[in-house]
Amino acid sequence: MKLDIHTSSIEPRRQTYAHVARRLGDRPASRYDEAVLDVQATANFHYRPLWQPDREIYDVRRTAVVLEDWYVLRDPRQLYYGTYNLSRAAMDQGTERALAFIEQRGLLAAVAPSWLASVASYLLPLRHYEWGANMNAMTVADYGYGTAITSAAAFSAIDRLGMAQTLGKIGLLLDPTGDVLDRAKASWLEAPFWQPIRHALEDTFVLEDWFEAFVAQNVALDGAVHGLVYRAFDRAGMDHGAAAISMATGFMTEWMPDHARWVDAVVEKAAAASPENRALLSGWARKWSARAVEAARPLAERVLGGDAAAAVDRVAAEAADRAERLGLEREAAR
Amino acid sequence: MAAATSAPRRLSLKRKYAMLTRGLGWETTYQPMDKVYPFDRFEGIVIHDWDGWEDPFRLTVDAYWKYQAEKERKLYAVMDSVAQNNGQLGITDARYLNAVKLFLTGVTPLEYAAHRGFAHAGRHLRGVGARIAAQMQSLDELRHAQTQIHTLSHYNKYFDGLHDFAHMHDRVWYLSVPKSFFDDALTAGPFEFVTAISFSFEYVLTNLLFVPFMSGAAFNGDMATVTFGFSAQSDESRHMTLGLEVVKFMLEQDPANVPIVQRWLDKWFWRGYRLLSLVSAMMDYMLPKRVMSWAEAWEMYFEESGGALFADLERYGIRPPKHHDVAKKEKSRLSHEVWTILYNYTHAAAFHTWVPSDDEMQWLSSKYPDTFDRLYRPRYRMWREAAARGERFYNDALPQLCNVCQIPMAFTEPDDPTKIAFRESIWRGERFHFCSDGCKDIFDDEPEKMSQSWLPVHQIFQGNCGGASIEDVLRYYHLNIGADNLDYEGSPEQELWDAWTADRRTAR
Repeated sequence: MKLDIHTSSIEPRRQTYAHVARRLGDRPASRYDEAVLDVQATANFHYRPLWQPDREIYDVRRTAVVLEDWYVLRDPRQLYYGTYNLSRAAMDQGTERALAFIEQRGLLAAVAPSWLASVASYLLPLRHYEWGANMNAMTVADYGYGTAITSAAAFSAIDRLGMAQTLGKIGLLLDPTGDVLDRAKASWLEAPFWQPIRHALEDTFVLEDWFEAFVAQNVALDGAVHGLVYRAFDRAGMDHGAAAISMATGFMTEWMPDHARWVDAVVEKAAAASPENRALLSGWARKWSARAVEAARPLAERVLGGDAAAAVDRVAAEAADRAERLGLEREAAR
Repeated sequence: MAAATSAPRRLSLKRKYAMLTRGLGWETTYQPMDKVYPFDRFEGIVIHDWDGWEDPFRLTVDAYWKYQAEKERKLYAVMDSVAQNNGQLGITDARYLNAVKLFLTGVTPLEYAAHRGFAHAGRHLRGVGARIAAQMQSLDELRHAQTQIHTLSHYNKYFDGLHDFAHMHDRVWYLSVPKSFFDDALTAGPFEFVTAISFSFEYVLTNLLFVPFMSGAAFNGDMATVTFGFSAQSDESRHMTLGLEVVKFMLEQDPANVPIVQRWLDKWFWRGYRLLSLVSAMMDYMLPKRVMSWAEAWEMYFEESGGALFADLERYGIRPPKHHDVAKKEKSRLSHEVWTILYNYTHAAAFHTWVPSDDEMQWLSSKYPDTFDRLYRPRYRMWREAAARGERFYNDALPQLCNVCQIPMAFTEPDDPTKIAFRESIWRGERFHFCSDGCKDIFDDEPEKMSQSWLPVHQIFQGNCGGASIEDVLRYYHLNIGADNLDYEGSPEQELWDAWTADRRTAR
């Protein structure tokens, strides 16, 4: 049976905005396309920034990467504000349930106490790492060129803050007084096995090129640190009854591939645009991946002991595979 | 009643929030803090203790996602419904859309600019609490840009003047008024930016910008826009709270901050007020069904509410912004003077104008008993008669612009509404012109910066806007000539609207 509701129809005079139509033709556009394409101002700026008088407000010269069209950096997830929040609210609902469940059933009691102590030392200080990653994401939202990159970067900044807060909540689950978080911060600031990571992260804060900061953070540091914590350490926890920790960090394991889809698309598109871009991005990926892998080694040794070398080799191999998949060069051109 | 929990030393909500957020930051040691945060000192604002920052809203990210997702679900459902049911036919009259055109081309791009400005503050202020507040606002502003684009996309399918808003925002002469306003804020340091946008604009003046557009939408049957307006309301109130907090924070941190903040309040009050003059014309002239007059809005939202606010700030040594008395003197003239400018130059604008009808003149006369019949009605009568003779008056001379607010120099002397006000300053051997003492003060305070303004008329004369004829310039603007511009009367839009709503009129 077909229902036939009668409505009056009026022919639209145009299907989308002209700037979208110039790119895609005058046909109905997706909400992502309308929300993002050419929204940023590009011409006739009035004043130069007091904080950077040799640059325009939005300026392609804030990175050495050169693109003719900055809207090739589309987000394959097609996130605009509405879909972003709907997606994250849904993901977070799982975490919220998991945390409540863990607390109600006292599931942390099933985790070997020695492993719980290890969790407190490797997982909780990571919230500061995420806060640092938030800074780098804001750098991209601030200095990036074009709405495609700045909007997705702003979303990822809030993702990072959200994950930092989730880690804080896990800390409060381990210790409702919150003292454990103070100890985790002290460890982040002083424990020798955290220092190379913190050092690398602080060095990314002062990079002048936002695209380099993007690669250093999202490809190199995340590749090593997240790869170890949420894959290698999580697997090791299984032997210590740490299923509750896997549940509590479900957001992060769901987030990682989602985030990587975007990061990979950005790097791949920028690298494909010119040999110069490719060389630049390859150099950054090599430099920062090498540093990130070595920086994460003491953390891996602390948590995995004798199994650390294999785990570190694995994240290094993953970084190399990823670089190849994205069309980056393994070695500097001679 | 919930039983008291047995767990010892549970955290209070406030402390829990602090642990989850404030605790995140650290003093960098591998790189100096001043290199990590290079921009939060040069303005001269002294902060002794970032922990003195009171988070205006203790919103964790999980709650943010949840609330905002819920709001988006509802908003997009309404947008879909408007699109499905020809919601564009529900508005009072197609003339209403000229307010929407002004909004999409003038305001929506500013929402995106605000996303970037708050990203800058959210990266570069060194206090964690302030940074998080700025970051959330950066995301909210992106929301506003994107939801406005989505909401108005439906109107763009049926009406003129909306089709190339971002391109126009960068080029069209009257849009340099909002653009230069925001460019000024974006190019300032992070403290001035937040003071300009969060405090002066959102806290002090939002009821005169955002609210009139949204109320206008409600009064004129624009379901889509008013739904957006309601949906954005809770974001806006968060932003207003941030504005007040940042100003109080600076004032409490060090007495040396007081004169700096005062200077910013003076500047941004006047800059905001001049920007709002476009809104005054919208309120008094563009809405087929009016909400309130500009003068009434000014009295209610600035003279009363703003007065109370500045009385409250007095204990910090802050006085009401300079020239607020001039704004008061101008309130019965502002919208008429601006509508006159717009009527003069409608051939170069992406919206329509008209001479108010007899009923509308009656309304204007009742709202402006001291000025309308004496100063403006005769002018409209003259223009109406000229149009009836086929001699509709368009001003083909390019106007002189105020170097600061960039509005054509047509505002009158504070104490003489029949005399155009001219002010000027000489800087590095060049003469700069201003519409008012307020704009002149702003220039004199920062001549190096303000002299960089991209003045549309100068740019046209310099050959940077597509050519020497008006048509060349309109093509550079991407105006659909004969559709986007000129009078509403006789426009393609009017013809279509009349056809679409013919049933409605015969039914009546």
